[in-house]
Amino acid sequence: MKFADNLPIYIQIMNFIKVKIVSGEWNGGDQLPSVREFSKQLKVNPNTIQRVYQELEREGLIFTQRGTGTFVREDEAMIRQLKQSRAEELMDHFFREMQNIGFQKQEIKRMVMEWVEKEEKE
Amino acid sequence: MKPIVEIRNLTKKYGNKTALDGLDLNIEKGKVTGILGPNGSGKTTLIKIMTGLMRPTSGKVLIDGNEIGVQTKAVVSYLPDRNFLYKWMKIKDAGRFYRDFYADFDMDKFTKLLQFMKLDPEMKITSLSKGMQEKLNLSLVLARNAKLYIFDEPIAGVDPVARDQILEAIINNYHPDSSVIITTHLVRDMENIFDNVVFIQEGRILLNGNAETLREERGMQIEELYKNIFTEGGSGL
Repeated sequence: MKFADNLPIYIQIMNFIKVKIVSGEWNGGDQLPSVREFSKQLKVNPNTIQRVYQELEREGLIFTQRGTGTFVREDEAMIRQLKQSRAEELMDHFFREMQNIGFQKQEIKRMVMEWVEKEEKE
Repeated sequence: MKPIVEIRNLTKKYGNKTALDGLDLNIEKGKVTGILGPNGSGKTTLIKIMTGLMRPTSGKVLIDGNEIGVQTKAVVSYLPDRNFLYKWMKIKDAGRFYRDFYADFDMDKFTKLLQFMKLDPEMKITSLSKGMQEKLNLSLVLARNAKLYIFDEPIAGVDPVARDQILEAIINNYHPDSSVIITTHLVRDMENIFDNVVFIQEGRILLNGNAETLREERGMQIEELYKNIFTEGGSGL
């Protein structure tokens, strides 16, 4: 995992985990690496991973069972919602970048439609 | 919580050259703190004073509440960057040498660190490459059960594989009840293991804060911030 963004490391790692969950690579009930193991893998400070786990727990994506470890929550609704909010983030980013280079909303809409039609044909 | 290191109005002059200029700094307990600055910024002078290898011209340094002396040397684990071991020694002799010197030196931990670093205890010190030398230094420092670990440029001049091993060893052996200080100018390779960063130039603190908070506030990684600060004499601050 590369950290190149302008975001704090803990948020980048949170996003990395969210993508794993949304994509189904990590399923409900799967165990996450221990804080120490994960910090070793990513070569980041263990306090950063600690914070990642705390924030994800607060968001209700994972839970910690004392003595056994940290797991992904088995919650379809939660995963759907996560997918939705991730999609909104991506759309938001896309629209902002398109507007930055001078496209108006109507033009963007038309281009998206054309894009989808082209994709469907292929 | 009381800081592990408290530095007040610290000045060091070499003749009429000022290396540290009325520096004030607290270093948080239980954290990994990066001291960042270009060559000649005062990093090494600061560390030599903290470790008792050099006396300040004026000002005060407290480690764990004590002035620098026998007491603080017993709780600070540090290796100077110059060669400090005898030429006749093998790696295992270096371990014994350290055990005799420091009550908190943990031989088991040292053996495990050597295994992790893939260093053979039978190797002669004089036959070690630069990277191996750094790995041995790091193993000796980490094998003590100290309150404060200080690393001066631990990855300078080592290859990427050795660099990763060194980073991993620091992460593995870090415990929340000890504190770590690392000086470096190789910010990109090390920034993810810092809780806090201190930018130093011409013997003064330019900026000091939590690494994640700085990334958030400035919208950039610490390396980029470092470049902004130290390009064109600090105009990027």
